[in-house]
Amino acid sequence: MTNYSELSTREAFGKVLTELAAADNRIIVLDADVSRSTMTKYFAQAYPDRFIECGLAEQNMISIAAGLASCGKIPIASTFAVFASSRCFDQVRMCIAQPHSNVKVVATHGGITVGEDGSSHQAIEDISLYCSLPHFNVVVPSDAIETVEVIKTAISTEGPFYIRLGRSKTPVLYPGGCAFKLGQGDKLRDGKDCTIIATGIMVSMAVQAADSLSKSGIQCRVLNMSTLKPIDQKSILDAASDTGAIVTAEEHLLHGGLASMVAQIISCNKPVPLASLGINDTYCKSGKPEELLEMQGLTAGDIVEAVKGVIKRKKGL
Amino acid sequence: MTDNINDLESTARKLRRDVITMISKAGSGHPGGSLSAADIVTALYFSIMRHDPKNPHWPDRDRFILSKGHAAPILYAALAECGYFPLDWLDTLRKTGTCLQGHTDSTLTPGVDVSAGSLGQGLSVGIGMALAAKLDRKDYRTYVLLGDGECDEGQVWEAAMFAPNYKLDNLIAIVDFNGLQLDGATKDIMNLEPFVTKWRSFNWEVMEINGHDITQIIEALNSARKITAKPVVIVAHTVKGKGVSFMENNVDFHGKAPNKAETELALKELA
Ligand SMILES: Cc1ncc(C[n+]2csc(CCOP(=O)(O)OP(=O)(O)O)c2C)c(N)n1
Ligand SMILES: [Mg+2]
Repeated sequence: MTNYSELSTREAFGKVLTELAAADNRIIVLDADVSRSTMTKYFAQAYPDRFIECGLAEQNMISIAAGLASCGKIPIASTFAVFASSRCFDQVRMCIAQPHSNVKVVATHGGITVGEDGSSHQAIEDISLYCSLPHFNVVVPSDAIETVEVIKTAISTEGPFYIRLGRSKTPVLYPGGCAFKLGQGDKLRDGKDCTIIATGIMVSMAVQAADSLSKSGIQCRVLNMSTLKPIDQKSILDAASDTGAIVTAEEHLLHGGLASMVAQIISCNKPVPLASLGINDTYCKSGKPEELLEMQGLTAGDIVEAVKGVIKRKKGL
Repeated sequence: MTDNINDLESTARKLRRDVITMISKAGSGHPGGSLSAADIVTALYFSIMRHDPKNPHWPDRDRFILSKGHAAPILYAALAECGYFPLDWLDTLRKTGTCLQGHTDSTLTPGVDVSAGSLGQGLSVGIGMALAAKLDRKDYRTYVLLGDGECDEGQVWEAAMFAPNYKLDNLIAIVDFNGLQLDGATKDIMNLEPFVTKWRSFNWEVMEINGHDITQIIEALNSARKITAKPVVIVAHTVKGKGVSFMENNVDFHGKAPNKAETELALKELA
């Protein structure tokens, strides 16, 4: 058995897929010449007949996946998040979203922590694009263990999924296992002063921030909002009611991602002070992942400052 | 199912009349590309394809993808005539609440497997179906009808490269080569020639036929079944607007409904 706690989310995906495939021969994997990076290579080695190498042709890959789904297969189409979102958006819209096709798009190398490859390879719009599509489920797991559960859920749930994974290893948040539920945020810490709602790699930083704030007497709730669509409206409104202040954190543009969704939900129902950390209408550059996160204000320290800021506003200071 | 050419020709004429009536009642739609495809669609649905209108989801059915989704009226006419849904649905084309959308919608219309309208995607979807057949060791075939203008799309050539690579001899592409696209003649807008050579160099088995000669269409589709280890493309030379004199080779009727007088005249010519 694979020890998932030591893996990046993409490694976890590649391994679990290969395990799940033994029990379900409807699972077919498609890749567009990046299987060594998306980690679908494990599946390709184990099940060469059910692995479809599409070459460098993402549009073709997406439409082929839809054709397979219409014949009862469960296609997993995998490539980098930049290409899985913008290169074949019309194909995703026409062939998957509109007809409710049972295709799972699993994209790796999401966000700016792709690092050195630079802006061409840093998907920062993908969540916004996929969330804009009717019928899509959109999930960004926070660690390798949650990834395993997300992949299992996607395969056993009829309908389109976009799952965004990362390149680098992420700290383990769920050493004892994870009870992922589609459409439900997971409360990792509780507190009365503020709620930090985070997704993907920002969840572990949110936990770090909450733990350090707790030492100075500020108690935060932390929600892992791994499902962006359908978004967990109830947990967001409970957070507004119970803690009166919210900070969001995501490795994505502020526009159209978690920040936009939380703002929309609370402003229509229960306005409370809100601060959002994300990428502010800009493309990022080449560099080490940690340095890029720092440049964009996406560190545990930035979350701490943002929490202090919203608590001041809550108190009317 | 029939091999009687006279019967098929009269069916094609009936479908053409339905296309005119339907688009005329809708007040909008694409008559030119529907009429050019009428004989091909007739041959497929009334002679060649294995299908069961009472069981549109039959797993062993042959698949048909109208990649040029704007020609939906000719497909709707054929499906209604086969009995997939009542003929009077045709009067609802493009109207609010209809199951017959302006472009094909797989979620609403019995017998329609693929939503289309954004050109260039159908051949890829057909590849997915053909791959599924191979994986499941099923012997159904997948037919994809493309427009010639549609072949400007890069994705068509991604698919063209893929299908021979996977030896998809259960996939048959048919190009409705009517020489016109939306803005004008294909040779002026974006020259496709040498078209047959292109497909051949992509390792397809290529056949060229007169797309209005039902005997030739059926012969080509039958001989396509015998080709092994590679996909077949049938380049069907057609006339856009075929059967209605003032629509033939007239780019104005690519996407325009006939008015009342034009409708009467067209129906008279197709009687
Ligand atoms: C991706 C895309 N771009 C543009 C259009 C608009 N459009 C509809 S039909 C058409 C011309 C199609 O020409 P052809 O494929 O030759 O069809 P036919 O002549 O059979 O009607 C165009 C440009 C479209 N439907 N999809
Ligand atoms: Mg044409």
